[in-house]
Amino acid sequence: MKTVTVDYGLYSVIEETAKSLYIKALKDLPPDVRQALQNAYEIEEEENPKKILSTMLEAIKISDNKQCLLCQDTGIPLYFIKIGSRLNIDIPRLQKAIIRGTERATVEHPLRSSVCHPIKRTNHQTSTGYRIPLINLDFVEDGDNLEILMVPKGSGSENMSFLKMLIPAEGIRGVKKFIIDSVLEAGANPCPPFVIGVGLGGTSDLCVKLAKLAAVTRPLDSRHEDPDIAALEEELLEAVNQLGIGPMGLGGKTTALALNIEYAYTHITQNPVAVNIQCWPARRARAKIDVNGKVEFGY
Amino acid sequence: MAEYRLTTPLSEEEVRKLKIGDTVFLEGTIFGIRDANLIRIFENNVPPPVDFTGAACIHTAPNVRKVNGGYEKVCIGTTTSSRMDRFTPGLMGKYGVRAIIGKAGMMEASMEAMKKYGGCYLAIVGGAASWETEKIQAIEGVWWEDLMPEAIWKFRVKDFGPLIVAMDAEGNNMYYQIKARAREKLADIYKRLGI
Repeated sequence: MKTVTVDYGLYSVIEETAKSLYIKALKDLPPDVRQALQNAYEIEEEENPKKILSTMLEAIKISDNKQCLLCQDTGIPLYFIKIGSRLNIDIPRLQKAIIRGTERATVEHPLRSSVCHPIKRTNHQTSTGYRIPLINLDFVEDGDNLEILMVPKGSGSENMSFLKMLIPAEGIRGVKKFIIDSVLEAGANPCPPFVIGVGLGGTSDLCVKLAKLAAVTRPLDSRHEDPDIAALEEELLEAVNQLGIGPMGLGGKTTALALNIEYAYTHITQNPVAVNIQCWPARRARAKIDVNGKVEFGY
Repeated sequence: MAEYRLTTPLSEEEVRKLKIGDTVFLEGTIFGIRDANLIRIFENNVPPPVDFTGAACIHTAPNVRKVNGGYEKVCIGTTTSSRMDRFTPGLMGKYGVRAIIGKAGMMEASMEAMKKYGGCYLAIVGGAASWETEKIQAIEGVWWEDLMPEAIWKFRVKDFGPLIVAMDAEGNNMYYQIKARAREKLADIYKRLGI
């Protein structure tokens, strides 16, 4: 197999890209999210939810025109990285470049730093700290690109996260009930209409991670490739919207813009389910860096 | 559902007229408050440095830029209100606050205070900080800068809305009503899902 040796200059490209992605994610909402909000506005009939959705659409327009942040919560910075297997890349150096890019976005833009020590509550004002930003590494067979997906995860929605280690006897019925009950409990807090991420199977930690992946990495108009999972996504999305929590929890037809599921095999004695919620500004920004350091931005 | 255009400071009479579902647009000034400054007022017993009589207070910690001794807005958005529930009785009863502007609603302590003193909760669209920043004309004052960004802020506003009355002085709470309605639908939803 051919190995591509990465030029030293690539790490400064990665740093610049990590910086740009954080700022871009906070300002430029992905097209699928815009479309989902527009669709929600169009099907809504009542006055108050219509007013709320129209304010959201107006806020997106203002961010576009003024190049300003859509939401004040800069969140916890998450980076999902896919490394092509043909790239001979120095992982610690890659991680350092991502951290440095996050710090520079926060200081140079400047952005509000929302990251602090869990006990002392001290804030370095850099959006970084021990183990933060969260950097997820993944590897792609035969690839020679580096893909970076950046997600600022806001707190209003993240505070509404749920995990339950059900038993096998509770089956899919227990899973469905837990999802509906969690969404009802979350109510207005995660800024509906939100995106619901569901994790099924795995271990407790993997299950929560799968829910996060489902909530923040997938385009809203995507369906799972497994037809059984896709059908479950559709069935549960419809059920959630029947709750009538509506935009900002003040009633209406759209409580969730999307419901995505990611699963993993689990233990014969386990049946874990997790729910992670993403707020209506479902922010994300993506970049692909090729071996020559050329960067292509997307969502 | 009525629409009101109100100027601050707000009187008890005009706030008691508001019913859940109504829309309000504010003109005048609103005060930015949040966890740290409320803890100082109520847990460290330091009286607020400004007169809150008839005030509308918004739950925020803005992103600002310092210019010529003052502050310029960068990004002002609203945070989840439920963390501040325990402070509403003091704000309304002791200091005369009439309206709380926030997102996702408040609970029993606030509902009781609103009933007793004539107060309301005005829901703003959370996450729409670009829109909110545009609606705020200027930062007119700041107190307790040591708590930055959770200082006390004074913003000048005009045409500040639509804000939806989500909790009124009669003790009605729209969030509770919507959740209660959702609970009524649960049996039917479970049935369809085969639960």
